[in-house]
Amino acid sequence: MRGYFAAIFAVVTKDVILELRTKDILVSVMVFALLVIVIFNFALDPTPRTVALVAPGILWVAFLFGGVLGLNRSFAIEQDRGNLYGLMLAPVGRDVIFFGKLLGNFLFMVVIEAFIYPVFAVLFNLPIWIPGLLPIALLATLGIATVGTAFSAMAINTRSREVMLPVLFFPVVVPVIVAAVEASGVMIRGDESAELTRWIPFLAVFDAIFLVVCPAAFSLVIEE
Amino acid sequence: MNPSPKVELAIKVSGLRKAFGRTPVLRSVDLEVPWGQVLTLLGPNGSGKTTLIKILATLTRPDAGDVIIGGMPLSKRGQSVRRIIGVVTHDPLLYDDLTGRQNLRFSARMFGVQRIDQRIAEVTERMGMTPRLDQRVGTLSHGMKKRFSIARALLHDPVILLMDEPESGLDQEALGLLDAVVTDKSNPQRTVLMTTHSLDRAVALGQRMAILVNGRVAYQESLESGGTEALKEAYMRHTRAVS
Repeated sequence: MRGYFAAIFAVVTKDVILELRTKDILVSVMVFALLVIVIFNFALDPTPRTVALVAPGILWVAFLFGGVLGLNRSFAIEQDRGNLYGLMLAPVGRDVIFFGKLLGNFLFMVVIEAFIYPVFAVLFNLPIWIPGLLPIALLATLGIATVGTAFSAMAINTRSREVMLPVLFFPVVVPVIVAAVEASGVMIRGDESAELTRWIPFLAVFDAIFLVVCPAAFSLVIEE
Repeated sequence: MNPSPKVELAIKVSGLRKAFGRTPVLRSVDLEVPWGQVLTLLGPNGSGKTTLIKILATLTRPDAGDVIIGGMPLSKRGQSVRRIIGVVTHDPLLYDDLTGRQNLRFSARMFGVQRIDQRIAEVTERMGMTPRLDQRVGTLSHGMKKRFSIARALLHDPVILLMDEPESGLDQEALGLLDAVVTDKSNPQRTVLMTTHSLDRAVALGQRMAILVNGRVAYQESLESGGTEALKEAYMRHTRAVS
């Protein structure tokens, strides 16, 4: 069991070192997400009334669209030089590769969200720190990263992978986005209601299901 | 790690088939490699050598047939098989943005290698890559990358080596180092299956030679049983038929 987690950790560490060296994912995704937020800020009049209505949606659109860029890149670095074979040659289950890549993607997305949210809060005149948003962001990001990791592995072998990933991924991840937007809206409006008891368990269940389904699908996808 | 000595063959392939879409690549391959031997696999381009290596390395699933490596069926114990094989492919399987040391350290962690730094020092010394260890792989020539790739395959001291045209891109010095790896008898069980386009190298390094033509093993013989000229003639005869 120690070897299992050591191998997952090795994949995550490798991805972090690669990212720190190239900054491919962090910079491009962060700039993209910031642009989305700034454009919406100019496109909409951010009055207190409109902010309460549209801000959660804008926030999660920025996170999701930015996340897709990062997810595309995540397996591209494995595929471009045939390095996926290098991972597959290791004497570990395919799920180890999946969880390693998933944790790396999750980590990058959380870091980006941590940088993006304060800018978003300032532009839309919201509190910088809303504690209730943290579990929502973590659960929703885990769901997005789980499904996205599996689909980016699927898309990587297709000819137009940049187009294919969103086409495959968005329909599946819609429930997470709906739940995240609704739950974030409750938190931003500050009216903690019974709605939260619906959306947070929903996100947790979604994550649990896809954390079981996606590693199994991944094993089938990566072998020719 | 040495597998059970009760098993006579290091690699046993029977009735192996693989098609990509409607194009058959392997059409019933039968192959046997006893422990401690070097089998060189020759064949014209497109004969299925790389696909065979990929299947043996658990990178590709066969459509039909059985593969037993170290006494373990590939279909059921792929993970255990990967523990005893070292693989060199066309691509070096290294990250360009990491240094040689970082690449090898990553592989060593994935293979659960003990005393990682010592082992990295040993294999890079063996491939003459010690001075390049802290250089980014992306800045190295193809031949240098190939040397690191061979070092990576040796990291966990595998008892079976699967090498797909390992000599491509190597200079004379590196070819000598590669030959030393292939013919190394420090572990008498060390078995090598190596594809090559060089008939001379196949004859010089192998104890057995097989010729793959159109997805079938057209010829498989011990190199001790026949003269070199006879083997060359067999190679020419089988490959001429398809060209």
